Amino acid sequence: MNVVPEQKTGRTLPGPRMRAALLVLPLLVFIGVTFLAPLANMLVRSVHDPVVADALPDTLERLRAWDGRGLPDEAVYEALAVELLAAREDRTLGQVATRINRVQSGLRSVLTRSARRLRNIEAGPWREAMTGIHAAWGDKETWLALREAGDRYTARHYLNALDLQRDSGGSIVRQPEDRRIYITLFWRTLLVSLGVTALCLLIGYPVARLIAHAPPRRAYLLLLLVLVPFWTSLLVRTTSWIVLLQNQGVLNDIFVFLGLIADDGRIAMIYNMTGTFVAMTHVLLPFMVLPLYSVMSAIPRVQESAAESLGATPWQSFWRVYWPQTLPGVGAGCLLVFILAIGYYITPALVGGSSGQLISNMIAFHMQTSLNWSLAAALGGILLICVAGLYVLYDRLVGIERMRLG
Amino acid sequence: MDGSGRPYVEYRKVSKSYDGKSTVVDEVDLDIRKGEFLTLLGPSGSGKTTCLMMLAGFESTTSGEIRVDGRSIHTLPPRRRGIGMVFQNYALFPHMTVGANLAFPLEVRGMDRDTCRERVERALQLVRLEGYEDRRPSQLSGGQQQRVAIARALVFDPELVLMDEPLGALDRRLREEMQYEIRRIHKTLGVTVVYVTHDQQEAMVMSDRIAVLRGGVIEQVADPETLYEEPRSSFVARFIGENNRLHGKVVGIDGDICDVETGGETIRAIRIAPCGAGDPTTLSIRPERVAVAPEPGLYTNELEALIEDITFLGDYLRIRVSVCGTSDFVIKIPNIVGHGALLAGDRIRIGWTPTDCRVLDPDREEETP
Repeated sequence: MNVVPEQKTGRTLPGPRMRAALLVLPLLVFIGVTFLAPLANMLVRSVHDPVVADALPDTLERLRAWDGRGLPDEAVYEALAVELLAAREDRTLGQVATRINRVQSGLRSVLTRSARRLRNIEAGPWREAMTGIHAAWGDKETWLALREAGDRYTARHYLNALDLQRDSGGSIVRQPEDRRIYITLFWRTLLVSLGVTALCLLIGYPVARLIAHAPPRRAYLLLLLVLVPFWTSLLVRTTSWIVLLQNQGVLNDIFVFLGLIADDGRIAMIYNMTGTFVAMTHVLLPFMVLPLYSVMSAIPRVQESAAESLGATPWQSFWRVYWPQTLPGVGAGCLLVFILAIGYYITPALVGGSSGQLISNMIAFHMQTSLNWSLAAALGGILLICVAGLYVLYDRLVGIERMRLG
Repeated sequence: MDGSGRPYVEYRKVSKSYDGKSTVVDEVDLDIRKGEFLTLLGPSGSGKTTCLMMLAGFESTTSGEIRVDGRSIHTLPPRRRGIGMVFQNYALFPHMTVGANLAFPLEVRGMDRDTCRERVERALQLVRLEGYEDRRPSQLSGGQQQRVAIARALVFDPELVLMDEPLGALDRRLREEMQYEIRRIHKTLGVTVVYVTHDQQEAMVMSDRIAVLRGGVIEQVADPETLYEEPRSSFVARFIGENNRLHGKVVGIDGDICDVETGGETIRAIRIAPCGAGDPTTLSIRPERVAVAPEPGLYTNELEALIEDITFLGDYLRIRVSVCGTSDFVIKIPNIVGHGALLAGDRIRIGWTPTDCRVLDPDREEETP
C-alpha cells in the first residue's frame, strides 16, 4: 500500500480540505435546520399520526382482535369509555375527535358528547350505555373509522390527496363524486404550469435573443428591464395587475372608452384563470429569459451567416443551427419556470378567484385553516414527487449537466 | 479567363460607407478571372473584409455594382449566391458531427442521402480527413477544424469560394502547412478563390494575383512577383517584403531615369511615380539587391557606407549600414564563404543598379502595415 505523506499530516492537523469544509458548515447547518428538518418532519407527518393511537391504546388493541363483522364486544366499549374520560381529563379529546372526524365526518360531536355524558355513568354494561348516549355506537362503521384513525402509520392522507379511500373491505376505491377535488386541482395545476411555461418560452425566447445579439450598451439596458421586476415586491407587481385588469380597471376603461366593449360588457380578466395566467407569466418570465440569454450570448452570430452562405433559408438556419444550440437554455428555463409555477401560491391566491386556485392554495388552506397538516403534507409530498420525477426525466432526455442557469 | 474573355467577378466603382460620411471602401474596380486565386491584402481597416462581405452578400454596397458571371448579384440574398465561404473562426456547427456539418449545405438543397454521403466522403478525402465523419468539431485540432470548414465550403461545388483570414487562429507552423494545403486544393479543383489576409507572406505563397488595399482603395493588383519587384507605390513597397526607403528630392529627369538627391548623395533611379524636378520622393531599394564591395564601375550607384552591425540569420547575413543620411539601411547577403571578413565599424563600398531602385510617391505617413 502506498502511504501518501499528506495523510500523515492530516491526522495531526486538519488538512486544507477539512478546513475548507468547515467554512461551508454554517450553511449546511442553516439548510439542515431551516429546510431539510422541517421538510422531513412534514413528510413524516404525511404518513405518521400517533395522536389517536396514543390516546386510545387499549381500545385500539382490543379492536384489532375484532373481526369487523357485527359490533365489537363489551370489553371494547369499556376500554373506550375509560380512555375517552381520560382523554377529556388530559384535554386531548379535541385533537382525537378532529382526527377521527376526518375519517368519518360527524364523529366529532359523537365523541365529545359521549365523553361528556360518560362522566355520569359509573358502571356497565357499557355497550348499552354508550348506544344510549348516541346511536352511532351501534353502527359498526363508527368502529371501523375509529380503528382506521388509530393507525400510527397510514397511507390514508396520500389516498385522500388522490381522491381515493379504503372501503370497509380495505380495498382502495375512489371517493364519492362530490368529494373528489384534489385530482382536478392537480390537473389544473399541471395545465397552468405547462401553459405558463409555454407562454414564458414563447415570449422570453425572442426577448433573450434580442438581448443576446444587441450591442453591449443596449443589451445592458434591456437586461436591466428584464430584471426590474425582480426589484419590485411580488405583492406590488401582483396588485398592479389587479389595477390593470379588474372590471373597473385601466384596461377595461380603455376598451370602454375606445368603444370596443359596452360599459356593461366589461371583460372579466382577473379573479379567474386568465388572471392567474397573466400574472404568473409576468412574474416568472425573468426565470426563462436569463438562462436563455446566457446560452444565446455564447453562440457566435457568424454561425447563422455560415448557415446562410451554405444555402439555408432563415428558417432552416434558425431551426437547424440556432435552436438546437439553445436547447440547454430552453431546458433550464422551462424546468425552472415549471417547477416554480407548480408550487406557486401567492399570485393565484390574490388574482385567481375561485377558478384560478391551484394545489398550493389547497395546501395553504389545510395548513392554516383546516389544520389538517397531514393532508397538507401528503399533497406537498405528491408535488415533490412530481417535480423530482420531472427532474429525472429531464436528466434522462437532456442531461442535467447540460443545463445552463445563467 | 473563360472563353468569352469576360472576368468572372467584377467590382465596378464599388463603395461602402456605414455612416454616410467616411467611406470604408472607395470606388473599387477589380476583375477576378475564373479559376484564379486572388488575395485581398491590406492592413486592418483597409476595407478588405468589407469587399469580401459585399461579394458574399453579408454587407450591402453603398454604390457601384458587383457582377458574378456577368450577372449583377445585388438582389440575391447570400444563400442564393452559391458562394462557398470560410470564416475566420471556422463557424462550424458545434452540435453537429463533422459529417452532419458537411451534409448541411447538401441537405438544405434537398439532395438525397446517398448523394450526400458520397459528396461528404469526397470532400473529406479532398482535405485528407477520411474517417472523421462522426467526430464533433470540439474533438478536432484547430488545423483539422479549418480543414472541415474548407471542406464544408466546397462540398456543394460552388464556383466561387471566399476565405476571410481563415488561418488567423492557427500557430505559425500550422499556418504554413495549411497555406500549401489550400493551394493544393485550389489547384485540384480549379475553383475561383477570393482570399482575405493581412499577412503578405501568406498572400505570396498562395495567390495567383494579389490586390493590395489601403484605406478602402486598391493600391495595386498584380501577381506576387510583380508586386515584389515592381511596387507602384511606396505603401506597396513597404508592405510587401523588406525595403530600404530613402527620402529625397528629384533633381533631374532623363526619360524613365531620374536623379534623386538624398542625404548628400545623388542616386540614379527608375521613375515609377509621376514627378518633376524639385518634387519630394521616396526611393525604394530591396536589401538583397544591394551589392557589397562590387567591382569598381560595375554599378551606376556606388556609395561608401559604414557598417553599424551584422546579424547572422543562418542562410543570410543582415547588415545594417549608415549611408545617405540614414543609419537604418539594410543589406542582405547570402551566407557564402568569405563574408566573415566584414565587421561592424568597417567602411565598405556598396552599389546597385538604377533599375533596382524605384522612385515612388513620397511616404505620406509612417503607418506600419
